[in-house]
Amino acid sequence: MAEAGRDAALTPYAHSLGIVVHGHDGGSPVLACKFNTNVEGRPGNLHGGAISGLLETAGYAVLRSELSKLGRSHRLKPINITVQFLAPGKPKLTYATARITKLGRRNANIAVEAWQDDRSRPIATAIMNILMAPEDVTAGTLGST
Amino acid sequence: MSVTRTPDTRIEEQSYGFDPGRAAPLLLQHGHSGRLGLKYRAHGDNWAELELPWREDLLGEAERHVLASGPIISMMDTASSLSIWTAQGRFTAIATLDLRVDYQRPARDRAAVIGRAECYKITRSAAFVRGIAHDGDPEDPVAHVAGVFMHIAGDPGNG
Repeated sequence: MAEAGRDAALTPYAHSLGIVVHGHDGGSPVLACKFNTNVEGRPGNLHGGAISGLLETAGYAVLRSELSKLGRSHRLKPINITVQFLAPGKPKLTYATARITKLGRRNANIAVEAWQDDRSRPIATAIMNILMAPEDVTAGTLGST
Repeated sequence: MSVTRTPDTRIEEQSYGFDPGRAAPLLLQHGHSGRLGLKYRAHGDNWAELELPWREDLLGEAERHVLASGPIISMMDTASSLSIWTAQGRFTAIATLDLRVDYQRPARDRAAVIGRAECYKITRSAAFVRGIAHDGDPEDPVAHVAGVFMHIAGDPGNG
């Protein structure tokens, strides 16, 4: 894996949770988030919303990375996300990365996983659909584009 | 926050001992919810409403003044838990099993987002929730949400 570091491509929201690009695996970014009070839900556990935020951030990071390799430029808009919570998030480092199941012209379907000690035992997974709008479209809604 | 096991969560047997208006400010001041600045707004028999303030450090894109989708998921997850405790009248240990968010449109620039979750069914093992997030007009939601939560039985370490 490449060196970890803050990535300008991550959102202000991701930075505020402490999410960083940990490295790359097979060319795809792997994100990580240290346990801290900003992601704590029940005492000693990750908040489900923070896990969702990490998964979603990883989905976007992997898609942006792939689009960049392909020389494609889009404004990405969320269509939906379905998160499955498989195990409590313990107070330790959490990783997340994604696999692009389908990369179309206008939308992408992405499978995301978050894990802690053991990558083969994810604590949460998500499926995301992301709309890839033309870069010059700055306004408008999903329904009207 | 301490949690005790409750063997039965059927709605008809509730004692209505959970007041979200009093509990929410305490629950929301810590950890992730506190970081997002979630605020209690209102509740009914089986629903609870929170507000996510617009904040520069919660943006989805640095160059646009629109809240990221992640904090909206967090708010709906938290509002969902509150709606379940409100509906069953008790604070019990619950865990999110599955949460789906369908985004209808981005929130408006510099707009706070309001999230209302309704617990429409509680069984012995699960609680079902639906909700919307909007930025002023509930008839024009930013997102629809559906979730399933499980009761966590008898884990004394479950805080």
